Amino acid sequence: MIAEQLPEQPALLPGGPAGKRREWLAVLRRALRTPRGAAGLSLAGAVVLLAIIGPVVAPHSSTAFIGLPFAPPSGSAPLGTDVLGRDVLSRVLDGGWVLLVLAASATALGVVAGTACGVTAAYFGGWLDNIIMRTVDIVLAFPPLVFALLLVSVLGPKLWLIVAAVGISHAPQVARVTRAAALDVCERDFVKAAQILGIPARKVVTREVLPSLTSVLMVEIGLRLTYSILVIAGLSFLGFGLQPPAASWGLMINENRIGIVANVWGVLIPAVLIALLTIGVNTFTDAVARSSLGVGRRYSDPTQQLGLAVAGAGQ
Amino acid sequence: MAHVIAKPAPAGKSRAPAPERRAHPLRNVLLKRTAIGVLTLWFVSILVFAATQVLPGNAAYAVLQNTATPQRLRALETQLHLNRPAVAQYWAWVSGLLHGNLGTSLASGASVSSLIGGRIVNSAVLVIAAGLIGTLLGVGLGVLAAARRDSWLDHVLSVGALAITALPEFVVAVVLVIFFAALVWHLLPAVSVFTPGQPPWSSPSELVLPVATLVIVIVPYVFRMMRASMIDALESDYVEMARLKGLPRWRVLLVHALPNGIAPTVQVIGLSFIYLAGGVVVVEYVFNYPGLGAELVSAVSDRDIPVIQFIVLILAAFYVAVNILSDVVSLAASPRRRLPRS
Repeated sequence: MIAEQLPEQPALLPGGPAGKRREWLAVLRRALRTPRGAAGLSLAGAVVLLAIIGPVVAPHSSTAFIGLPFAPPSGSAPLGTDVLGRDVLSRVLDGGWVLLVLAASATALGVVAGTACGVTAAYFGGWLDNIIMRTVDIVLAFPPLVFALLLVSVLGPKLWLIVAAVGISHAPQVARVTRAAALDVCERDFVKAAQILGIPARKVVTREVLPSLTSVLMVEIGLRLTYSILVIAGLSFLGFGLQPPAASWGLMINENRIGIVANVWGVLIPAVLIALLTIGVNTFTDAVARSSLGVGRRYSDPTQQLGLAVAGAGQ
Repeated sequence: MAHVIAKPAPAGKSRAPAPERRAHPLRNVLLKRTAIGVLTLWFVSILVFAATQVLPGNAAYAVLQNTATPQRLRALETQLHLNRPAVAQYWAWVSGLLHGNLGTSLASGASVSSLIGGRIVNSAVLVIAAGLIGTLLGVGLGVLAAARRDSWLDHVLSVGALAITALPEFVVAVVLVIFFAALVWHLLPAVSVFTPGQPPWSSPSELVLPVATLVIVIVPYVFRMMRASMIDALESDYVEMARLKGLPRWRVLLVHALPNGIAPTVQVIGLSFIYLAGGVVVVEYVFNYPGLGAELVSAVSDRDIPVIQFIVLILAAFYVAVNILSDVVSLAASPRRRLPRS
């Protein structure tokens, strides 16, 4: 409904037929050379690194009771203890990787499903296009968090269900963006030529259309990753993610909220880590959009040309 | 309706064929969008129903879990119409909704309408207050940044917006609580204590932090779009013309550029309101604010299916309504696009 009213999508892709391998590497390199790209990637990278090596270097078990609840920082517990007297530092170090795995899986699911729908709709058009895009409109009517809550209410807080729910609720936005970009590509001569040569549709799509969407897809992956982290951390905060006594940043914020006056670190550190992670991913994505989609010269805001504002606010 | 409008005005002035023609596309769009909206909502209701009642075998078992005895299961199955075929179940549910019979909460035994009624008002107050303040702030800052493009102010605002866009509501909320309610200053209450029946404006201090959280979350979207479209408008020929005519700077900005800059932003403002409908879930939960979102979270914990179904439907209906409204407003705001396409 909304996409129809947005300004027409301009030609996004400078390149011709996609013979180039490793275009995505070139895209990354270009983004990294900008200050925003470098800053974004280092922020996100630092948090990811912390989450990966955290469980190995944690001084205590994340579920062991080592002192009184909400004890202030001390020698054995540099960040104090949490609501049940467990080490905040260890729980912080242990509580990130599940979020990352879930967010990455949900992003992969959403981008793959969304791209499949969007490119199919654009390439074949007609009734197939209509059916796919109307379905997209219906799924869009659910806020992702609410969609996940709806499924959790019946099937219980299972991790695969959260990945599925978040992935499915992100697919429509991906479908819209890839459809718009693919429509543009399908009009190009090299696609027309491949069609005239009688190359089967499946091969035209995978060899000619998809490679031309590299930059668009990379921006989409970045955006979806940001929102997957937001929604999954949010679900975890509401108590529908990883179940206690396991540690996860969202859950920690909720558990330790009542004790912020006594020991603020149990809330502040997980909150800051989630914030740095999402800010980092989003900033890097912004750099990719600016350096590879040619946005930012005239409009100086990638959302204008890509309709990403839609993708963003729709989450 | 088409019939009435097609007729010429019954008496008096007869010089209005032209404006009538211009009104047509807008009305058609409104009708078409409303029809699509109703259709969307219908499919949404099927989806909600399928997800909660049909999909995983037995919803009654999901509700009762380990308290399930054969008798209780059977009683609940009758209450939820689970012993009938799926289509009949769906029909019973929808016809109930259409007749204003929303069912009974499984957790509290109260009717869903009595449970939800006051909360809808509370959530609406939150969404409207945050939406209005966020829109004004976003538009104002966007115009400011576009007018001072590439100044330090513009850079600070743009980078700030980029960072804040990515923040989850609960992180914003928790940081606000730390600063304004718990640790640094003790200015505002950290949680709401009023009941669903009380009007929320009776205790304004409890509204401040929830509204502020939502405002902070949506301002970046409106700001970024407004800035981009204002820059676009400021670079157009007619603004250049106005500038060359020697009009004062503020007049060029506010009278000539702003109206065209705001049209594309209307869509994003609409999307911000939609976003708020999802955002209230977390924010109401954090601040213990008695609205739909907090109720949804507790209903999900209790597996209170009639309540969940109805709240999700309300949120979807809100999405559909805001979409129609923002389509129509943005069409009305940009005269160029109002003309029929040839």
